[in-house]
Amino acid sequence: MTVSTAVFYLVAAITIGSAMIVAFSRNIIYSAFSLLGTFAGVAGIYVFLGADFVAAVQLLIYVGGILVLILFAVMLTHRITDVEITNRAAGRLAALIVVGVFVYLLLQAVRETPWAKAKDVVYLASTGKIGDLFLDAYLLPFELASLVLLAAMIGAVVISRKEIKE
Amino acid sequence: MTPGFSPNELSSYLMIGAVLFSLGLFTVLTRRNAISVLMGVELILNSANINYVAFSHFGSGNADGQIYAIFVIMLAAAEAAVGLAIVLAIFQLFHSIDVEAAEALKE
Repeated sequence: MTVSTAVFYLVAAITIGSAMIVAFSRNIIYSAFSLLGTFAGVAGIYVFLGADFVAAVQLLIYVGGILVLILFAVMLTHRITDVEITNRAAGRLAALIVVGVFVYLLLQAVRETPWAKAKDVVYLASTGKIGDLFLDAYLLPFELASLVLLAAMIGAVVISRKEIKE
Repeated sequence: MTPGFSPNELSSYLMIGAVLFSLGLFTVLTRRNAISVLMGVELILNSANINYVAFSHFGSGNADGQIYAIFVIMLAAAEAAVGLAIVLAIFQLFHSIDVEAAEALKE
Protein backbone atom coordinates (compact mmCIF):
# COMPACT_ATOMS: atom_id res chain seq x y z
CA MET A 1 0.00 0.00 0.00
CA THR A 2 1.47 3.31 -1.05
CA VAL A 3 1.39 6.51 0.96
CA SER A 4 -1.28 8.10 -1.21
CA THR A 5 -3.60 5.10 -0.75
CA ALA A 6 -3.15 5.34 3.02
CA VAL A 7 -3.92 9.07 2.92
CA PHE A 8 -7.03 8.33 0.84
CA TYR A 9 -8.24 5.83 3.45
CA LEU A 10 -7.61 8.40 6.19
CA VAL A 11 -9.49 11.16 4.33
CA ALA A 12 -12.43 8.85 3.62
CA ALA A 13 -12.54 7.75 7.28
CA ILE A 14 -12.50 11.36 8.52
CA THR A 15 -15.29 12.33 6.11
CA ILE A 16 -17.60 9.43 6.95
CA GLY A 17 -16.82 9.48 10.69
CA SER A 18 -17.54 13.18 11.06
CA ALA A 19 -20.75 12.81 9.04
CA MET A 20 -21.82 10.02 11.42
CA ILE A 21 -21.27 12.33 14.40
CA VAL A 22 -23.40 14.96 12.61
CA ALA A 23 -26.17 12.43 12.10
CA PHE A 24 -26.13 10.69 15.50
CA SER A 25 -24.79 13.11 18.13
CA ARG A 26 -27.12 14.18 20.92
CA ASN A 27 -25.50 17.58 21.30
CA ILE A 28 -25.90 20.14 18.53
CA ILE A 29 -22.53 21.75 19.32
CA TYR A 30 -20.76 18.45 18.58
CA SER A 31 -22.78 18.10 15.37
CA ALA A 32 -21.86 21.61 14.24
CA PHE A 33 -18.17 21.19 14.97
CA SER A 34 -17.90 17.79 13.29
CA LEU A 35 -19.23 19.35 10.11
CA LEU A 36 -15.71 20.85 9.95
CA GLY A 37 -14.25 17.34 9.55
CA THR A 38 -16.72 16.45 6.82
CA PHE A 39 -16.13 19.62 4.81
CA ALA A 40 -12.33 19.35 5.12
CA GLY A 41 -12.46 15.64 4.19
CA VAL A 42 -14.54 16.39 1.09
CA ALA A 43 -11.94 19.01 0.13
CA GLY A 44 -9.27 16.29 0.44
CA ILE A 45 -11.31 14.01 -1.85
CA TYR A 46 -11.45 16.83 -4.43
CA VAL A 47 -7.63 16.98 -4.29
CA PHE A 48 -7.49 13.24 -5.05
CA LEU A 49 -9.76 13.88 -8.04
CA GLY A 50 -7.43 16.54 -9.45
CA ALA A 51 -9.85 19.39 -8.77
CA ASP A 52 -7.57 21.83 -6.97
CA PHE A 53 -9.71 24.92 -7.56
CA VAL A 54 -12.90 23.23 -6.30
CA ALA A 55 -10.99 22.09 -3.19
CA ALA A 56 -9.90 25.66 -2.47
CA VAL A 57 -13.45 26.95 -3.05
CA GLN A 58 -14.79 24.23 -0.74
CA LEU A 59 -12.43 25.31 2.06
CA LEU A 60 -13.13 29.03 1.54
CA ILE A 61 -16.93 28.91 1.27
CA TYR A 62 -17.93 25.86 3.30
CA VAL A 63 -15.42 26.04 6.16
CA GLY A 64 -14.95 29.82 6.10
CA GLY A 65 -18.54 30.83 5.40
CA ILE A 66 -21.30 28.27 5.85
CA LEU A 67 -19.81 26.59 8.91
CA VAL A 68 -19.29 29.93 10.68
CA LEU A 69 -22.88 30.90 9.79
CA ILE A 70 -24.22 27.62 11.23
CA LEU A 71 -22.18 28.08 14.41
CA PHE A 72 -23.55 31.63 14.76
CA ALA A 73 -27.10 30.35 14.40
CA VAL A 74 -26.49 27.60 16.98
CA MET A 75 -25.01 30.04 19.49
CA LEU A 76 -27.79 32.60 18.95
CA THR A 77 -30.66 30.15 19.40
CA HIS A 78 -29.50 27.97 22.27
CA ARG A 79 -28.64 28.45 25.87
CA ILE A 80 -25.60 26.26 25.49
CA THR A 81 -25.03 25.93 29.22
CA ASP A 82 -28.19 23.82 29.48
CA VAL A 83 -27.39 20.17 30.05
CA GLU A 84 -30.54 18.91 28.41
CA ILE A 85 -30.42 17.19 25.04
CA THR A 86 -30.13 20.03 22.56
CA ASN A 87 -30.57 17.97 19.43
CA ARG A 88 -33.80 16.04 19.64
CA ALA A 89 -34.47 13.27 17.15
CA ALA A 90 -37.65 11.36 16.46
CA GLY A 91 -38.61 8.29 14.47
CA ARG A 92 -35.07 6.96 14.47
CA LEU A 93 -35.86 3.27 13.96
CA ALA A 94 -38.12 3.77 10.94
CA ALA A 95 -35.66 6.22 9.39
CA LEU A 96 -32.78 3.82 10.04
CA ILE A 97 -34.59 0.98 8.24
CA VAL A 98 -35.53 3.15 5.24
CA VAL A 99 -32.06 4.71 4.92
CA GLY A 100 -30.38 1.33 5.47
CA VAL A 101 -32.27 -0.32 2.61
CA PHE A 102 -31.60 2.75 0.47
CA VAL A 103 -27.83 2.78 1.05
CA TYR A 104 -27.65 -0.98 0.49
CA LEU A 105 -29.30 -0.58 -2.94
CA LEU A 106 -27.02 2.34 -3.83
CA LEU A 107 -23.84 0.46 -2.83
CA GLN A 108 -24.94 -2.68 -4.71
CA ALA A 109 -25.60 -0.59 -7.83
CA VAL A 110 -22.13 0.94 -7.53
CA ARG A 111 -20.48 -2.48 -7.07
CA GLU A 112 -22.32 -4.27 -9.87
CA THR A 113 -21.77 -1.66 -12.57
CA PRO A 114 -18.57 -2.07 -14.62
CA TRP A 115 -17.20 1.47 -14.47
CA ALA A 116 -14.64 2.83 -16.88
CA LYS A 117 -11.05 2.55 -15.77
CA ALA A 118 -9.07 5.65 -14.98
CA LYS A 119 -6.97 7.02 -17.79
CA ASP A 120 -3.41 8.09 -17.16
CA VAL A 121 -4.17 11.56 -15.94
CA VAL A 122 -1.62 14.31 -15.58
CA TYR A 123 -2.37 16.55 -12.64
CA LEU A 124 -2.35 20.10 -13.97
CA ALA A 125 -3.79 23.21 -12.41
CA SER A 126 -7.46 23.34 -13.46
CA THR A 127 -7.88 27.07 -12.83
CA GLY A 128 -7.25 28.16 -16.41
CA LYS A 129 -9.73 25.67 -17.87
CA ILE A 130 -12.41 26.68 -15.34
CA GLY A 131 -11.86 30.39 -16.04
CA ASP A 132 -12.17 29.86 -19.79
CA LEU A 133 -15.40 27.87 -19.33
CA PHE A 134 -16.91 30.47 -17.00
CA LEU A 135 -16.36 33.31 -19.47
CA ASP A 136 -17.25 31.30 -22.54
CA ALA A 137 -19.73 28.42 -22.38
CA TYR A 138 -21.13 29.18 -18.90
CA LEU A 139 -21.29 32.99 -19.15
CA LEU A 140 -25.07 33.28 -18.69
CA PRO A 141 -25.24 30.98 -15.61
CA PHE A 142 -22.23 32.85 -14.22
CA GLU A 143 -24.02 36.19 -14.49
CA LEU A 144 -27.25 34.68 -13.13
CA ALA A 145 -25.26 33.42 -10.13
CA SER A 146 -24.36 36.97 -9.17
CA LEU A 147 -28.04 37.96 -9.34
CA VAL A 148 -29.01 34.97 -7.17
CA LEU A 149 -26.36 35.89 -4.59
CA LEU A 150 -27.55 39.53 -4.51
CA ALA A 151 -31.17 38.42 -4.06
CA ALA A 152 -30.18 35.97 -1.31
CA MET A 153 -28.20 38.65 0.52
CA ILE A 154 -31.06 41.19 0.42
CA GLY A 155 -33.56 38.49 1.39
CA ALA A 156 -31.49 37.39 4.38
CA VAL A 157 -31.18 40.99 5.62
CA VAL A 158 -34.93 41.64 5.21
CA ILE A 159 -35.97 38.39 6.92
CA SER A 160 -33.64 38.56 9.91
CA ARG A 161 -33.95 42.24 10.91
CA LYS A 162 -36.22 43.24 13.74
CA GLU A 163 -39.51 44.91 12.92
CA ILE A 164 -39.66 48.42 14.34
CA LYS A 165 -43.11 48.90 15.82
CA GLU A 166 -44.35 52.48 15.68
CA MET B 1 -16.87 -8.24 -10.23
CA THR B 2 -16.13 -6.47 -6.97
CA PRO B 3 -13.86 -3.47 -7.39
CA GLY B 4 -11.57 -2.55 -4.55
CA PHE B 5 -11.49 0.61 -2.54
CA SER B 6 -8.61 2.64 -3.88
CA PRO B 7 -7.99 6.24 -5.00
CA ASN B 8 -7.82 5.36 -8.71
CA GLU B 9 -11.19 3.65 -9.01
CA LEU B 10 -14.41 5.53 -9.64
CA SER B 11 -16.50 3.19 -7.50
CA SER B 12 -14.74 4.15 -4.25
CA TYR B 13 -15.71 7.80 -4.71
CA LEU B 14 -19.28 6.81 -5.55
CA MET B 15 -19.42 4.72 -2.37
CA ILE B 16 -18.25 7.66 -0.25
CA GLY B 17 -20.89 9.81 -1.94
CA ALA B 18 -23.62 7.22 -1.32
CA VAL B 19 -22.78 6.86 2.38
CA LEU B 20 -22.58 10.63 2.84
CA PHE B 21 -25.96 11.07 1.10
CA SER B 22 -27.58 8.44 3.34
CA LEU B 23 -26.24 10.07 6.49
CA GLY B 24 -27.57 13.42 5.29
CA LEU B 25 -30.96 11.88 4.50
CA PHE B 26 -31.06 10.28 7.96
CA THR B 27 -30.28 13.66 9.54
CA VAL B 28 -33.03 15.42 7.58
CA LEU B 29 -35.56 12.69 8.40
CA THR B 30 -34.97 12.37 12.14
CA ARG B 31 -33.93 15.76 13.48
CA ARG B 32 -36.52 18.04 15.02
CA ASN B 33 -34.09 20.97 15.21
CA ALA B 34 -34.23 23.28 12.17
CA ILE B 35 -30.48 23.97 12.19
CA SER B 36 -29.71 20.23 12.25
CA VAL B 37 -32.00 19.74 9.25
CA LEU B 38 -29.97 22.39 7.40
CA MET B 39 -26.77 20.51 8.34
CA GLY B 40 -28.25 17.36 6.75
CA VAL B 41 -29.00 19.31 3.57
CA GLU B 42 -25.35 20.43 3.47
CA LEU B 43 -24.21 16.78 3.72
CA ILE B 44 -26.48 15.84 0.80
CA LEU B 45 -25.15 18.71 -1.33
CA ASN B 46 -21.57 17.66 -0.57
CA SER B 47 -22.25 14.07 -1.64
CA ALA B 48 -23.74 15.29 -4.93
CA ASN B 49 -20.65 17.44 -5.47
CA ILE B 50 -18.35 14.45 -4.95
CA ASN B 51 -20.25 12.59 -7.69
CA TYR B 52 -20.02 15.56 -10.09
CA VAL B 53 -16.27 15.94 -9.66
CA ALA B 54 -15.63 12.17 -9.72
CA PHE B 55 -17.54 11.60 -12.96
CA SER B 56 -15.82 14.64 -14.48
CA HIS B 57 -12.40 13.25 -13.50
CA PHE B 58 -12.98 9.67 -14.69
CA GLY B 59 -15.19 10.50 -17.65
CA SER B 60 -14.62 13.10 -20.31
CA GLY B 61 -11.66 14.77 -18.63
CA ASN B 62 -12.86 18.32 -19.19
CA ALA B 63 -13.83 20.62 -16.34
CA ASP B 64 -17.63 20.71 -16.82
CA GLY B 65 -18.31 18.69 -13.65
CA GLN B 66 -16.11 21.02 -11.63
CA ILE B 67 -18.10 24.01 -12.94
CA TYR B 68 -21.31 22.35 -11.77
CA ALA B 69 -19.75 21.66 -8.37
CA ILE B 70 -18.84 25.34 -8.03
CA PHE B 71 -22.41 26.36 -8.91
CA VAL B 72 -23.76 23.94 -6.29
CA ILE B 73 -21.39 25.38 -3.66
CA MET B 74 -22.57 28.89 -4.57
CA LEU B 75 -26.24 27.90 -4.25
CA ALA B 76 -25.47 26.18 -0.93
CA ALA B 77 -24.05 29.43 0.41
CA ALA B 78 -27.17 31.35 -0.65
CA GLU B 79 -29.39 28.62 0.82
CA ALA B 80 -27.53 28.66 4.13
CA ALA B 81 -27.79 32.45 4.43
CA VAL B 82 -31.53 32.61 3.72
CA GLY B 83 -32.29 29.41 5.69
CA LEU B 84 -30.49 30.52 8.82
CA ALA B 85 -32.12 33.96 8.59
CA ILE B 86 -35.51 32.20 8.54
CA VAL B 87 -34.43 30.08 11.52
CA LEU B 88 -33.50 33.20 13.49
CA ALA B 89 -36.84 34.83 12.61
CA ILE B 90 -38.70 31.69 13.75
CA PHE B 91 -36.73 31.73 16.99
CA GLN B 92 -37.70 35.36 17.66
CA LEU B 93 -41.37 34.53 17.05
CA PHE B 94 -41.78 31.14 18.76
CA HIS B 95 -38.77 31.10 21.14
CA SER B 96 -37.98 27.60 19.84
CA ILE B 97 -36.51 26.20 16.65
CA ASP B 98 -38.20 22.82 16.76
CA VAL B 99 -39.79 22.30 13.37
CA GLU B 100 -42.90 21.00 15.15
CA ALA B 101 -43.29 24.19 17.18
CA ALA B 102 -43.43 26.39 14.10
CA GLU B 103 -46.59 25.04 12.54
CA ALA B 104 -48.62 28.25 12.53
CA LEU B 105 -48.12 30.68 9.68
CA LYS B 106 -49.31 33.71 11.66
CA GLU B 107 -48.69 34.88 15.17
